[in-house]
Amino acid sequence: MQLSRRDALAALSVAGVGSLAGCGAPIASGGSDGDGAAETAVSTEDSDRSDDAVGSHELATLVAVASAVYPSSVDGVDDFVRTYVGGRIDGDGTNAGGVAEAVTTLDEYTEGLYGAEYVDLSSDERAEALAVMSVDDVDPDPHGTDPQRVRHYLVNELLFALYASPTGASLAGLENPPGHPGGVQSYREGPDE
Amino acid sequence: MNGTGSAAGGDAIDRTPSPRADVCVVGAGPAGALVAAELAAAGHEVVVLDAGPRFDPDDRTERMERHLRPGPDAPVWDTDPERDAYTSTGDRHYPLNAARVKGIGGSTLHWQGMVMRMHEQDFELGSSVGLGADWPIDYDELRPYYAAAEEELSVSGAADNPFAPPRERPHPLPAFPPSYSDSLFAEACEAVGLATHSVPNARNSEPTDGESACVGYGTCKPVCPSGAKYDATRHIDAAEAEGARVVDRVPVQRLEHDDGGDRVTAAVYATPDGEEHRQEAREFVVAAGGVETPRLLLLSESEAYPDGLANSSGLVGRYFMDHLFAGMGGTLDEPTRQKHVGFNTTESHQFYDRPDDSRTAIKLEFLNYAGPAPADIALTADSFGDELLEEIRDGYGTHVAMGALVEQLPRKENRIRLDPSRTDDHGNPVPDVVWGFDETTRRTIERANEIQRAVLEELGADIGWTVGPENTGPAYHHMGTTRMGTDPDESVVDPQLRTHDLSNLTLAGSSVFVTGGAMNPTLTIAALSLKAADHLAERL
Ligand SMILES: Cc1cc2nc3c(=O)[nH]c(=O)nc-3n(C[C@H](O)[C@H](O)[C@H](O)COP(=O)(O)OP(=O)(O)OC[C@H]3O[C@@H](n4cnc5c(N)ncnc54)[C@H](O)[C@@H]3O)c2cc1C
Ligand code: SF4
Repeated sequence: MQLSRRDALAALSVAGVGSLAGCGAPIASGGSDGDGAAETAVSTEDSDRSDDAVGSHELATLVAVASAVYPSSVDGVDDFVRTYVGGRIDGDGTNAGGVAEAVTTLDEYTEGLYGAEYVDLSSDERAEALAVMSVDDVDPDPHGTDPQRVRHYLVNELLFALYASPTGASLAGLENPPGHPGGVQSYREGPDE
Repeated sequence: MNGTGSAAGGDAIDRTPSPRADVCVVGAGPAGALVAAELAAAGHEVVVLDAGPRFDPDDRTERMERHLRPGPDAPVWDTDPERDAYTSTGDRHYPLNAARVKGIGGSTLHWQGMVMRMHEQDFELGSSVGLGADWPIDYDELRPYYAAAEEELSVSGAADNPFAPPRERPHPLPAFPPSYSDSLFAEACEAVGLATHSVPNARNSEPTDGESACVGYGTCKPVCPSGAKYDATRHIDAAEAEGARVVDRVPVQRLEHDDGGDRVTAAVYATPDGEEHRQEAREFVVAAGGVETPRLLLLSESEAYPDGLANSSGLVGRYFMDHLFAGMGGTLDEPTRQKHVGFNTTESHQFYDRPDDSRTAIKLEFLNYAGPAPADIALTADSFGDELLEEIRDGYGTHVAMGALVEQLPRKENRIRLDPSRTDDHGNPVPDVVWGFDETTRRTIERANEIQRAVLEELGADIGWTVGPENTGPAYHHMGTTRMGTDPDESVVDPQLRTHDLSNLTLAGSSVFVTGGAMNPTLTIAALSLKAADHLAERL
């Protein structure tokens, strides 16, 4: 399954970025105009507009984390993550400093474990590192322990981007997930319609 | 919202009293907002004072993310632990701050928006089946106000409910059609002899003058980013457009009265900078919700009213009621298409009216949002990658659930009282919620579970959870604490919602309910508020 820039923009609208002022207002009676609303929501053309704290290394690390936490059937992760994170940071949706610190924390951890930054690990090592650090076991907390902050700022940021978006949720059969203004037709349709 | 500027709130908003007010309304939820909008439109000088903030409508998508991605930081609608402190000392814990929002718009900012009329039997429960007590008004008296309330809340509904009380005209907007899962339930319900029908929703099925149609965000409770779900900011806006003054962050501390104890003279309120002011007016309307309304009266004790203002009956705070939730859910071996929208489209009121005194009212709901959404599973998962996707595919997609509201009868021992051992941010004793339920209610919850089980078994569901008498909780409808009646010894307000004790004090909201039925209360609150506004307009 191919993720597109449009998917990233739809994910951003779920995350409340771009101030969808009067979001629903122009849409007369539902329909699946949700993506259109999202498309106008964010003006980010490329990922270079992130706050200073989130530079190319941080973005590359987020892409690397996504490769570990997203399903293998998903393509286009690189563009998706860069567009999403760029929009999030522009739109003040996330704390750029928190993301940067979580990347540093993760790098320090993998330096100790593998002698390399997270982006330079193999795909097996990327998954292993998160497990050894217990990122899979902890509750996310922006003010918590190292693994809790990695879970909050990196892993859950990315999981939310994917699975709260129509494309990601559709992997499990939900094309109009909570947070997405996907109209009032889909709830009436059966699985085969 | 927390600036350090010069005016009384540090945000350049003038919070000093209005020099000449006809009406002072305490509370900007639907009850207060409707009274304010009506009276302002009739040309009266209206001031509305609310304890909570004015939330910026542009923040709603951010609030939606707080809901979808819950964390330890901010609740969806900001609370203040000092301001909102309370205790709960009954048989059952009462989670008060989950059950209300303080701010312009009140608890409708968070609500679900199901709006149905109470039944004729609700108003004569004592005389018809020997449960609870009769209201001093009947359905026919409230009927035109119900129609007006449906217009005000632009209710989407249909006339397909065979159990509903008589109505004079269609709902303002068409009902939302049934969901796919409703169609699965329909067959099972038919097989067990349960009649189903549409749900009236305070949610635009079509665009109206001011608001968009529902666009399916699916996060109605606790926040609708599109504004398609009704909330009381609509009537606050209407009131302000008619010249009313609405002031936020000014909790009223007490009401003062004249020497004779016949009339309220002022509402004393605090501003964020710690000042106190007195708002005088000809008429006062307290619409602070079913907990804070009696609390404010109790806090306003005086020599003339040593047990609390307007409390000659001793009943202020007594007969606190809520609806009990009963529910059951599980999974099918086929897709059920949940979580597209955040509201329900099918209910059954077949078990609403009570055949005798053996049980109370039951309102059955068929949920469109059973089980977790994919993101809910992902955010708390302990696996990643392909394994996580498998977990999500297993966890989402086949859930079904039924809910029910169950009536509890008025009991004197259930009450809101002051807890003198604990004070809020202004040094006032906090409310103590004393709450529990009796055997009849317990039996009715069990009956609701039996019906739910019959339907789910007929549907072939693998039943995974039950909310019954042991783990039930309140539906967040605070009723009964300043009950209405004609006898000043047995009630706090008269049928005009005016206190027996003070001739210019009106109490608007579900605190005046004599019994609670099992319908969500806000349409009845709105109807009563419009009725009270008519009486106020006559007196002004
Ligand atoms: C999660 C949830 C779901 C709900 N779903 C439904 C539903 O589907 N259908 C339904 O009918 N009802 C529902 N309700 C209930 C509904 O929200 C209330 O019935 C309704 O909002 C009550 O209106 P009100 O104006 O009386 O009080 P509120 O809306 O609670 O407003 C009271 C206002 O008074 C203010 N206030 C309190 N004390 C003071 C003071 N001392 N000075 C100044 N201001 C004060 C508060 O800040 C608040 O803004 C739900 C409630 C919750 C919490
Ligand atoms: S589904 Fe709920 S939250 Fe979404 S637009 Fe409709 S009313 Fe609002």
